[in-house]
Amino acid sequence: MLEVINIHKSFGDAHILKGVSATFEKGKTSLVIGQSGSGKTVFIKCMVGLLDPEEGEISFDSRIFNGLKEKEKRQIRKEIGMVFQGSALYDSMTVEENVMFPLKMFTSLSKTEMLERVSFVLNRVHLPDANNKYPSELSGGMKKRVAIARAIVMRPKYLFCDEPNSGLDPQTAIVIDNLIREITQEYDIITVINSHDMNSVMEIGDKIIFLKDGEKAWEGTKEDIFRTDNEAVVNFVYSSNLYKKVREAYRKDM
Amino acid sequence: MTNLEHIGAYVLMLFQVFRKPQKWDVFWTSLFKELDDLGLKSLGITAFIAFFVGGVVAIQTALNVDSPFIPKYLIGFATKRSMILEFAPTFVSVILAGKVGSYITSSIGTMRVTEQIDALEIMGINSLNYLVLPKVIAVLLFYPILVILAMFLGILGGWVAGILTDLFFTEDYIMGIQLEFNPYFIQYAIIKTVVFAFVIVTVSAYHGHKVSGGALEVGRASTKAVVWTSVVIILLNYFLTQMLLG
Ligand SMILES: Nc1ncnc2c1ncn2[C@@H]1O[C@H](COP(=O)(O)OP(=O)(O)OP(=O)(O)O)[C@@H](O)[C@H]1O
Ligand SMILES: [Mg+2]
Repeated sequence: MLEVINIHKSFGDAHILKGVSATFEKGKTSLVIGQSGSGKTVFIKCMVGLLDPEEGEISFDSRIFNGLKEKEKRQIRKEIGMVFQGSALYDSMTVEENVMFPLKMFTSLSKTEMLERVSFVLNRVHLPDANNKYPSELSGGMKKRVAIARAIVMRPKYLFCDEPNSGLDPQTAIVIDNLIREITQEYDIITVINSHDMNSVMEIGDKIIFLKDGEKAWEGTKEDIFRTDNEAVVNFVYSSNLYKKVREAYRKDM
Repeated sequence: MTNLEHIGAYVLMLFQVFRKPQKWDVFWTSLFKELDDLGLKSLGITAFIAFFVGGVVAIQTALNVDSPFIPKYLIGFATKRSMILEFAPTFVSVILAGKVGSYITSSIGTMRVTEQIDALEIMGINSLNYLVLPKVIAVLLFYPILVILAMFLGILGGWVAGILTDLFFTEDYIMGIQLEFNPYFIQYAIIKTVVFAFVIVTVSAYHGHKVSGGALEVGRASTKAVVWTSVVIILLNYFLTQMLLG
């Protein structure tokens, strides 16, 4: 279990996270939602240790991360996979080299074994024929797939995805969402996804955490979203007329 | 950040850079790539500049010593001295601060703003060690060679200029460059080069690694890095000259 307890993060005078707590479970995809600028990326970066919260605790299966020395942190990081908002593929490496890089760095597998692992994960993300392409030659959706492949090649226990489907068309977005969900269940890992895409929420959100102005304003399952009367959630989730109608219909059914 | 804080952050960065590589074979691969990128690819511009600077120094010395009491071999002597002591190490370093320094800052800075550095860190990789150490080692190995080459080409350029302009004779020039050969001067030039090379890589890497923002900030950081490395090189040149020759 991944536990976040009361974390605070400021940049200068700007208090961005104001005491957020949450727990994330194995085999579940948890979604962190909220408006642009609500602190989702800062939240995820605090969890993985790219930012240091001033207060609070992050505990990976009872190992408290943010008190650790850099060296011990690196150990836990090897169990973490992350997909960045902009994919963050290494420009100077091909797709194959990108995915193989963590293996090269941290395993003593032979070249053939590495290539096997790489083609396995690239197949897993449905990207079998791009091995020798450079990131600049890929479409946004392909980049996301490579980023997912790179994040899971070390068989992580924790997977973090910062807006994995932003900038993708709805169809591709759902494919990527489902891919992440399948991987989460298959490998029984803890997955945290940042998103402001309502389709994702309804599609794969086992647990949903709603951030507003740096605080956790609501938490629940995707079914709860229809039932809740929490004004902030309703305003955010049902900002479009379509979803308003879906909500009314759903509530009538209940 | 104040200047003092920058210096502190720079020193802390050096502690991260100079660590044992996390994986040796990955390090060797990067080292060879950097030898090519930062070393071999600077060969052309260095050779070109050294050759012509040597030519100009020879011509100017020749034009300024047309008194019959000053022997002609002084032209070769002066060209050799100024190439070895100053032009090769300092001039070449300032040129490379522009070429190599801005390349390092913008490539590391771009990695920073596109979250590639975060992606390294998240994997448990020390990004400074992984990115900067091979560059430092490559440059420390290669730049002394580059500067010695620049010395030779500068002296050669002086001679070619003499032939083309008929300002002095080959025999005088050769006599001049053989005069009072002092191996310590070469040592002095190499010490300077090594120090400058270190400054070029680490200062520009520092500026690249701490960029935040976007493409605009990367551009600004590159400019800043070139200005700072040049200033530091010129200042260090002054102190090193005083220390080593004074
Ligand atoms: N390094 C930083 N320095 C200063 N302020 C920052 C920094 N990173 C984020 N912020 C601020 O923190 C707030 C939250 O940013 P964050 O990136 O977490 O938003 P987000 O919820 O991920 O938005 P989006 O959906 O647009 O990605 C913003 O107001 C932003 O300006
Ligand atoms: Mg974000």
